[in-house]
Amino acid sequence: MSATHATSDEVLIGRIAQGDRLAMQVLYGRHHVRVFRFSLRLVRNESIAEDLISEVFLDVWRQAGKFEGRSAVSTWLLAITRFKALSALRKRKDAELDDETAAAIEDTSDNPEVAVAKKDTSNALRNCLTALSPEHREIVDLVYYHEKSVEEVAEIVGIPENTVKTRLFYARKKLAELLKAAGIERGWP
Amino acid sequence: MTTSKQTVDREPTEIEALLPFHAAGTLNLRDARRVDDALASDPDLARQYAVIQDEYAETILLNESLGAPSARAMQKLFAAIDAEPARKSAASFNPVMRIAGFFSSLSPRTLAYAGVAGAFALLLQAGVIGTVLVKDRTGGNFQTAAFPAQSKTGTFGLLRFAPDAKADDIAQLLNNYNASIVSGPKAGMFRVQFGDKALSKEDAAQLLTRLQGEKIVSMVVSAD
Repeated sequence: MSATHATSDEVLIGRIAQGDRLAMQVLYGRHHVRVFRFSLRLVRNESIAEDLISEVFLDVWRQAGKFEGRSAVSTWLLAITRFKALSALRKRKDAELDDETAAAIEDTSDNPEVAVAKKDTSNALRNCLTALSPEHREIVDLVYYHEKSVEEVAEIVGIPENTVKTRLFYARKKLAELLKAAGIERGWP
Repeated sequence: MTTSKQTVDREPTEIEALLPFHAAGTLNLRDARRVDDALASDPDLARQYAVIQDEYAETILLNESLGAPSARAMQKLFAAIDAEPARKSAASFNPVMRIAGFFSSLSPRTLAYAGVAGAFALLLQAGVIGTVLVKDRTGGNFQTAAFPAQSKTGTFGLLRFAPDAKADDIAQLLNNYNASIVSGPKAGMFRVQFGDKALSKEDAAQLLTRLQGEKIVSMVVSAD
């Protein structure tokens, strides 16, 4: 989601508002992978995440005329994605937003202990990142992977800027606890 | 001073809370400097930052390992778009975005031509204003202290001085070229008269070329 695209995202949105399908294809090409990964990290189901992509971009097609350019297009996209993903999760009885469910879902991959057994700290860290609660996962992803600022994360998640900082701090604390449980002591903070 | 503290259950310090954003490069310049200064003077904070950099790298690797969606998502999207009702006029679209879109749609060459045309229009305007001023001055009895009545004969040019040109330098240049300011500035240009005799076209062109080479002259063009 670089800002150096030949035609800016904002201009593409303007063209989409006028019904330009080509502009829609370009915007989709730029952002669909990140939208997919963000939704997949939230819903943990590839099929649902793929469905969410088309829903997100269909919303863009419909709402482009209302986009006022107050935030980056990528921020807007992630906010829509988050909303759609949480709605999809609410529809699934087995995927409520609590730590217990998150912990159960993450059993599909190697748990931290297994990773440590492999003497692979890097794998253990990734597994622990997967084991975080949805609330903590999304903030870690938004800051580290999607490179969103404090202000942008606040806008996407709908929380105050100070809460963004403290939530990320506690997400990192939880990560340290998971790693410690897996035998990797990194110290906290 | 130690910025970080060893208490387990506590709120992060202001700088600590900014570390992940610093690793991702999303802080503004002021906060980035604050964090850099704190990191340079606090080894505990620097150790914590190294841990954060690992988390940052692994989060990227984790996300990159998720792969990409199949073509099904795009097909589904455009099928849905095709099923949408025809789009109404774009009149409701944000006017600022429309203006941005208009300029973005122009090629660099078109923009360059537009710039030249704009500059030409500016010069033309300056010339017209200058001519009107001279005509007014010669036609009536009004005379300003700054611009004494000038002879109608002579060679004229429109001249823009460099922004850092000093008054002494300008006076020296005018003296060297036996020139005087007739009017201006209009659109940043002064109308200047060189001598009291009309030069041939070749001599006038040479004069202007020489002037253009002067350090304190940013632009000069001939004027009637």
